[in-house]
Amino acid sequence: MPADGTLAVPAPRAARSPNVSGLERLARRRSTIAFLMTLPLLLIIGGLVVYPFFYAMYLSTLNRTMVRNIGLENYAILLDTDTFWMVIWQSCLFAISAVLLKALIGFVLAHHLHHLPAKGQRKWRGMLLVPWVIPPALSTLGWWWMFDPSYSSINWLLNVFAVPSVPWLGEPWWARISVIIVNVWYGAPFFMIMYLAALKSVPDQLYEAAAIDGATGWQGLRYVTLPMMRNIISITVLFSLIVTFANYDIVRVLTNGGPRDLTHLFATYAFQVGILSGNVPRGAAVSLFMFPLLALFAFFMLRGVTQRNKEQA
Amino acid sequence: MSATVSTPGSVGGGIGRKTGSLHKERRWALVSAYVFLVVFAVLFLAPPVYMFITSFKGSAEVANLQGSPWMIRNPTLENYTAILGDRMFLRFFLNSAIITALVVFITMVVSTLAAFALARMRFWGSQVLATGVFLTYLVPETLLFIPLYQIVGGLGLLNSIWGLVLVYPTLTVPFCTWIMIGYFASIPKELDEAALIDGANWMQMLTRIFIPVAMPGIIAATIFAFTVSWAAFVYPTAFVTTPDAMPLTIGVVSQLVRADTFAWGQIMAGSLLAALPPVVIYALLMDYYIAGLTAGATKG
Repeated sequence: MPADGTLAVPAPRAARSPNVSGLERLARRRSTIAFLMTLPLLLIIGGLVVYPFFYAMYLSTLNRTMVRNIGLENYAILLDTDTFWMVIWQSCLFAISAVLLKALIGFVLAHHLHHLPAKGQRKWRGMLLVPWVIPPALSTLGWWWMFDPSYSSINWLLNVFAVPSVPWLGEPWWARISVIIVNVWYGAPFFMIMYLAALKSVPDQLYEAAAIDGATGWQGLRYVTLPMMRNIISITVLFSLIVTFANYDIVRVLTNGGPRDLTHLFATYAFQVGILSGNVPRGAAVSLFMFPLLALFAFFMLRGVTQRNKEQA
Repeated sequence: MSATVSTPGSVGGGIGRKTGSLHKERRWALVSAYVFLVVFAVLFLAPPVYMFITSFKGSAEVANLQGSPWMIRNPTLENYTAILGDRMFLRFFLNSAIITALVVFITMVVSTLAAFALARMRFWGSQVLATGVFLTYLVPETLLFIPLYQIVGGLGLLNSIWGLVLVYPTLTVPFCTWIMIGYFASIPKELDEAALIDGANWMQMLTRIFIPVAMPGIIAATIFAFTVSWAAFVYPTAFVTTPDAMPLTIGVVSQLVRADTFAWGQIMAGSLLAALPPVVIYALLMDYYIAGLTAGATKG
C-alpha cells in the first residue's frame, strides 16, 4: 500500500520493538491525545455549564444590589409570595398536562402511521413533523395571531359551528389552556417520531405469535407493543418533562406571563424578576427552584437510557 | 425507508385471501388510521397555513372583519417586498447566519474530537465524562441563563453576536457529542486495528476512517446544531437588546411586533421567511433529520 506508506510515523516502530519504556510512552501519548481531544468539550462544559451552575447558587444568596450575602432569604421571600406559589402550581400543571397530551397524541399518531403502507407513511410522517421543524418562537407568533381577541381565526371557525367565541388569551384559564395547546401542537410530533422508531423495532414475529394465540388487536397492543416500548416511552416522557417544565418561548410570546402574572412558568418568571426587573439574585433563585425536580427526572432518564443501552448491547 | 417498501399491491392481495373478519378488521384499521391522520394533519398544518395566508393580505384586508379570515381576496406581495426591503430584517438574517455558521463549525469540531476520544480511546474518567455529557444535554437553557447573563456581561459581550456564539455551544455540543459517541462506537474495532497496523496515527484514523464511515451521524449532528442555533430564543432574548445584534427569532418577535400598530401581514411574512432555512433543510434531508432526532432524543 504505497498510498498509506506516507502515513508511517514512529508508532509502528515503537510497537515493533516492545521495550517497556516505549509502550509506556505510547500509553502516555494516547491518553495525552485523548485529553487534548476532549479539552474543548471540558472547557465548554466546565466554563459554561458547571461553573455557571455554582455561580447561580452563589448569586442566589446575595441581596438585590449584590453587595451583601443574605443566605437563603431570596428563597424564603419567594416562598412567601402568592405569585411564586402560582408559578409553581402553573409550571406543574403546564408540564404534566402538556406532556400527557403529547405522549397520548404522539402514541396514537405513531400507531396509526405504523399501519400505513411504507410509501404513504413517509409522506404523512413528513407532514406531521412540520410543527416540530418551525422554530417555536416564530410559530407561536402565528398562534398568537390566531388567538387575537378581535381577529381570531379560530373563533371565526367556532362561530361557523355556532360555538361562542372564546377569550383565548384574556381569561386566566383560557390563557393557560392556550399555552398548553401550543406546546402540545409543537411537541406531539416529537413523541410521534420517537414512538414510530420504537414501533419499527418490535419484531413482527411477536405479533404473529400473539395472533396465533388468538390475541385481538387491543391485546396485541396491550401485551406486546406497550411492554416492548416501555423503556422508550419512559425516556421520552421524562425528557419531555424536563424541557416542558423549563419551557420559555411559548409563554413569552403568547401571554408574556399575563393576564395578571397568572400564566408565568419558572423560566418566564425568572426572566421577569432577574432580567427585566433587574433583581439578578432573586431571578437566579427562581431558576434554581427548578433544579430538584429536573435532577430527579434526569436521574430516572439516565437510568432508562443505561438500561436500554445494556439491552441493546 | 423506501427500501423497505413491501408494495401496497402485494399487501392488498394478501388481505384479499384472508378470512372475512380479519380482512374487515384490517380494512377498518386502515380507514380509521387515514381519518385520524387527516384530522391531525389539518390541525398540525393549520397554524403555518394561516400564517401563509395572512402574509399575502394587505393591511386593509387583515383589518376587515367581513368574511372568512381563511380566504385571501386580494393577494399581494407587499408584505414580502416590505420585509425584504427592511434593512433591520436583513440585519437579523445576517446575524442569524453568522452565528449559526460559527456555532455549527465550533460544535462539529469540538464534538467530533471529543466523541472520538470518548468512544475509542479509553482513558481515566472517560466513562464518567460520557455520562456527564449526557447530563449536560439535559440541563435546560432556562436554568442557567441568569448566571450566564452575569458572565457574558462581565466579558463585555452583552448586545453582541459574539456573546451568543460563546454560549450557544452549550446547547449543541453535548447532544452532538452524545450521538457521535454512539455512531463511532458502532464502527467495528477491526477497522481501527487495520489502520493502526498500516501505521496511521489517531488523527489520521479519525479523518480517514471514522468521519467517512460515520457520515450519516455527522450530517444528523450538523442538522441538529443548525436547527438549535437557528431557533435559539432564551439566550438572545436575555443577552441582546439592541436590534443591531439580534438574530432572527428575537428580532422578529421584539422588533416587528411593536406596541399598538400590529402589521400582521408583515409579521407573518417575516416569521415564515425566518423559519424557511430549517424547513428547507428538513425537506431536503428528512431522513438524516429524523435519524438524528431518534438517535438520542432532541429537545422538545
